Amino acid sequence: MSTETKPDIDIDRSVGDFRYEMDYAFDAGVGLTEATIDYISDVKGDPDWVRAFRKEGYRKFLEKPMPTHWATKDLESIVFENIRYYLSQGQVPKRTWDEVPDDIKRTFERLGIPEQERKFLSGVEAQFDSEAAYSNIKAAVGEQGVIFVGSSEGLKEHPEIFKKWFGKVIPSGDNKFSALNSAVFSGGSFIYVPPGVKVKHPLQAYFRINAQNFGQFERTLIIVDEGAELTYMEGCTAPKFETATLHSAVVELVAMKGAKIQYITVQNWSSNVFNLVTKRGIAHEDAEVKWIDCNIGSRLTMKYPGVVMKGKGARGEVVSIALAGDGQHQDTGAKMIHAADNTTSNIISKSISLGTGRSTYRGMVHVPKHLKGCKNNTECDALLINSHSRTDTYPAISVRGQGNAVQHEASVSQISAEQIFYMQQRGLSEAAAMSLAVNGFVNDLVQQFPMEYSVELKRLIDLEMEGSVG
Amino acid sequence: MSANSSSSLSIRDLHASIGDKPILKGLTLDIPKGEVHAIMGKNGAGKSTLAKIMAGHPDYTVTSGDVLLDGESILGLEPDVRARLGLFLAFQYPMEIPGVTIANFIRAALQARLPEGEELEATDYYAKLYAKMDALSVPRNFTSRSVNEGFSGGEKKRCEILQMAMLEPSYAVLDETDSGLDIDALKIVSAGVNALRGPNIGMLVITHYQRLLDYIVPDKVHVMSEGRIIHSGDKDLALKLEAQGYDWVEKEFGESGTRAA
Ligand SMILES: Nc1ncnc2c1ncn2[C@@H]1O[C@H](COP(=O)(O)OP(=O)(O)OP(=O)(O)O)[C@@H](O)[C@H]1O
Ligand SMILES: [Mg+2]
Repeated sequence: MSTETKPDIDIDRSVGDFRYEMDYAFDAGVGLTEATIDYISDVKGDPDWVRAFRKEGYRKFLEKPMPTHWATKDLESIVFENIRYYLSQGQVPKRTWDEVPDDIKRTFERLGIPEQERKFLSGVEAQFDSEAAYSNIKAAVGEQGVIFVGSSEGLKEHPEIFKKWFGKVIPSGDNKFSALNSAVFSGGSFIYVPPGVKVKHPLQAYFRINAQNFGQFERTLIIVDEGAELTYMEGCTAPKFETATLHSAVVELVAMKGAKIQYITVQNWSSNVFNLVTKRGIAHEDAEVKWIDCNIGSRLTMKYPGVVMKGKGARGEVVSIALAGDGQHQDTGAKMIHAADNTTSNIISKSISLGTGRSTYRGMVHVPKHLKGCKNNTECDALLINSHSRTDTYPAISVRGQGNAVQHEASVSQISAEQIFYMQQRGLSEAAAMSLAVNGFVNDLVQQFPMEYSVELKRLIDLEMEGSVG
Repeated sequence: MSANSSSSLSIRDLHASIGDKPILKGLTLDIPKGEVHAIMGKNGAGKSTLAKIMAGHPDYTVTSGDVLLDGESILGLEPDVRARLGLFLAFQYPMEIPGVTIANFIRAALQARLPEGEELEATDYYAKLYAKMDALSVPRNFTSRSVNEGFSGGEKKRCEILQMAMLEPSYAVLDETDSGLDIDALKIVSAGVNALRGPNIGMLVITHYQRLLDYIVPDKVHVMSEGRIIHSGDKDLALKLEAQGYDWVEKEFGESGTRAA
């Protein structure tokens, strides 16, 4: 009706879109060869077994084809020769923000990390390109025996726990990108929670990409011992670059008997990041692993958090929200591997596609024949916001044997013009009406995020919606 | 032009269509602030269409005529701008908004009326919301229910009036707010509407039933047929319509139309 043209709002406009110039003391250069891996191992002072692990990962990376027989052809746009695999100032993570170099500190201050740490966290690790700049745990939590350090420190200082589980939940050859990560990993967290310790406030990691043509390959390993509990949160941003950036993490979780792990991700990548992440947890007897995952932004995200329910009575859960803005593809889902009796898994996935954005759900639920009393519930709902949007669902449920129950529900809905009119009639602008409806669509899932994150999530959704209407 | 056009909702010789099907065919109506007018008319006469066109529904095309709010044309304005200027429509069929609670919805609507940077005061808001809910006998736990989702027909209508009470419009169009209400609810909703009556609001009440007009006593009653107002009178007209139907009005109008031609 109104003829004024609305300004073309850049949809990546958000707190994360800024960048400072940096000088890097250590730069592995462009491209990936064995020499690159030796360079990284040298800079990091890797033990021999880690160097060997990297080389094996590299071999597997070369062997494995791009998975374009099932995944998008857009993967072929990644030019591995053009990527820089390691960039750092050679820093050892600092324990206080005062010690963090100013040029890095200002980035995290602008992202509000030190403030969040003071307010509601048990500890923070802040990674800048390849290495953590800051890593600290509150004294009271440290005194309970909780270990929270970067992966490099973890493998050197705590080899007895680290080696036992590293690469065991996700073997390096799991897929092409887990192999790549195994070859060049740097940064990420190592966490150990001793038996019976319930960490009250979340531990948080923040991953920041600052450099262009760069690949970030953090590696996180979390072990929560018998009867212990942990909530871990990660946030990620990168500024908007002209060229493609790669983020390819591997996250392994181990929940021992009766332990609980909740792993929360809020990703807000800029629109040219390829975000190809492998995440999996093992839940032992009566343990619980829950992934709460929110993917906003990126050019392509491929991520299917998984839980292997190895012990009787184990529970796995994936709660995910994906928002595919114009030109973006969110290819997400979940993998639930039931490997013991009376195990329960629950998958709730909600995706929103805007403009030319595309959402894909891939779910895998596996219950072998010999098991009894296993249950899976899968719900996936897609919301399409205008005719170019696209959504696909590929559930692969293989449930055998008797006395195992699965329930699968899927829906595709749209926000109707009548709903928007109704809301506009109450005084909300079209964009505000859209935002409200989208927030309503994911509301039940957003409730599961800690307060601070749900507020942030709402803000990110509002920003995306603002840019997509008009 | 009427003398008080600067404080009225005024519809001038309005023609409108959907696609190439004309629905409003020269409708003129003036609702001064402080008055309550009722529109009655057969199914399909165009009553809801009139309401939606005033509110700016994008599906309809106004081919000629005008709608003035306090003397200013609102036809070029987005629906939300019209709403913020003070126009409220209680829908015949209110929409469901899954996942958006009533409390958040009304709050967002009020927030949208504040200048940029100003935040709605939460305590005052809830105090007012609860008071209005109590007055309309809407259970308190409705605040956390999604807008209209799973509501009974009567609950939806009550919720429309709740929104009206919270948004305090200067002109309100109530489209069959009485349909689907049981007798008790009809009394409660009517009392709610009457409580909002006053010199600062003009109302247009669309209904099929004289009964509603026993509770909400109109200043004027209009009969709509085939996209026009064919007859206007005082509240007694509703009684006559109830008793005798619409045929006599249409006949009278037909004859006068023929005479005029
Ligand atoms: N979107 C539409 N597409 C096609 N025809 C429409 C549309 N909207 C309204 N109409 C037609 O316009 C005419 C008027 O409809 P409207 O809903 O305004 O009637 P009404 O007077 O409110 O009727 P009721 O008393 O049954 O509510 C009807 O013939 C209806 O079918
Ligand atoms: Mg109607």
